Amino acid sequence: MARQALHDVAIVATANTRQARRLDGETDTALVLAVMRELLARSGLRPADIDGVNVVAPVGGIHPRQAAHWLGPRPRWCGTEYMGIAAVLEAAAAIATGQATTVLLATAQAGAYGERGATAPWTRPSYEFTECFGLYTAAEFALCARRHMTLYGTRHESMATVAATIRNNGHRHPGAASYGRAPLTPDDVAASRMVASPFRLLDCCITSEGGGGLLLTTAERARELPVTPVYLLGAGTDRRGLAYTRAPLWEECGDIGARAAARSFAQAGLRPADIDVCEFYDPFSFEIIRQFEAFGFCAPGEGGDFVLDGRIAIDGEFPVATNGGLLAFSHAGTLQMLQKVIAACEQLTGAAPPALRVPEARVALASNGGSGALFCDVMILGSERP
Amino acid sequence: MSHWSTAPETDASGLPLPCPTALSRPHWDGCARGELLVQCCADCGRRVFPPQPVCTACFSERLGWERSSGRGLIYSFTVVHRPPRPEFEVPYVIVIVELEEGWHMLSNLLDCDPDAVAVGDPVEVSFETRAGMVLPMFRRRGA
Ligand SMILES: [Zn+2]
Repeated sequence: MARQALHDVAIVATANTRQARRLDGETDTALVLAVMRELLARSGLRPADIDGVNVVAPVGGIHPRQAAHWLGPRPRWCGTEYMGIAAVLEAAAAIATGQATTVLLATAQAGAYGERGATAPWTRPSYEFTECFGLYTAAEFALCARRHMTLYGTRHESMATVAATIRNNGHRHPGAASYGRAPLTPDDVAASRMVASPFRLLDCCITSEGGGGLLLTTAERARELPVTPVYLLGAGTDRRGLAYTRAPLWEECGDIGARAAARSFAQAGLRPADIDVCEFYDPFSFEIIRQFEAFGFCAPGEGGDFVLDGRIAIDGEFPVATNGGLLAFSHAGTLQMLQKVIAACEQLTGAAPPALRVPEARVALASNGGSGALFCDVMILGSERP
Repeated sequence: MSHWSTAPETDASGLPLPCPTALSRPHWDGCARGELLVQCCADCGRRVFPPQPVCTACFSERLGWERSSGRGLIYSFTVVHRPPRPEFEVPYVIVIVELEEGWHMLSNLLDCDPDAVAVGDPVEVSFETRAGMVLPMFRRRGA
């Protein structure tokens, strides 16, 4: 295996604020500042050690160059990707090419949603060939799920199993917006009210508020810090056009993420069977089924059966969305994309809550995006330096 | 995911209206005349929709407009019970239609029993007026 520049970069700290449906009185600017402080405290680094920044607080109008100014006068690198795996990859590239040695990523969402009763603003595209027909995110992904049901006989029972499994993870995670809620069964998911068939309410992600972030530095520097580093083993992107502007055809988006996963596995020198933790993006229950197929864990059409029989539970072969994911942990602006990497790090460093800890987790796969979103990025992380 | 912030045009009831561009204007003008128009590539024959400045199959700029039969089959559908904005009357059906010429468009299926819609159902275009704009929607046609 060729040496990958990515392998010289490590994540040395992650942080999350409280996540909740609403954080009354909170601002996203205050939340990202809290995250920045926590990341510094956890890593043992000082503000002057940070020479790369990608901090975004959309409601407060905080963008990376402004946040960089908060950290003092050192020359700095600023990220441009809007959070998530793409932002981690961009920061890693900056470190690997010598543009920065230590990069802080953070984002938050609070106080954004004014229109209760309507769907979240970013799910409402203003596009001339979709919006007038009432298309929005849930419907877009539902069109993909329906096609899979038609092609392969996939049943809602499989989606309900995914939703119940992930939500029950979140109900047991003290940091989750849905923490403390009663356990759910797949029947409860199937009995929840219809949103956009085949998706029912409990198949769909929540919207919430909160902040989070992580710190990256060189693998060399990581060894000198009082932390348990997590290493980047492989990553890839898969982009197929602008979402919510046209009909999502299964032929164009059904296997989206396949190219990202293939590149990630090749860089990591691993196969799907080597993955201990599956922090897959879960905007809707069906997307977990789709990703097991697209990433090569099972053959096309087999995802519906693959997720049954406890395989994706915490104690199963491929535990999915171990913190509760977008369905139950948090879905705050774009933070939920970064949350997938944070959740992977928590498992790999043993920082996940005891009830949700995957024993001997050494390799995790995180993903962002999905069929209806027409993009899917993948990152494989490990507890051992490659 | 969060790049759109412009408020759409709406009719008096608050339903969104398309805002034609120079690129898409021929399609909407066709709808107003009762014709469903789609771009067709003079070099490779591929239908391109929504309108683009180049063919997405071969990058040719030799795109012309062609009239579709307006007939097709349901490729996928969803019955929406929770709308993106309260002005939409629920339930309504969003369909992807595979037109006879091999291209696809997103639209609504009108006058149907939402519980009886199925992939593969034959449909045909039906031009519906919303606040002066004519929108291409679909109805079932006899099997
Ligand atoms: Zn062409």
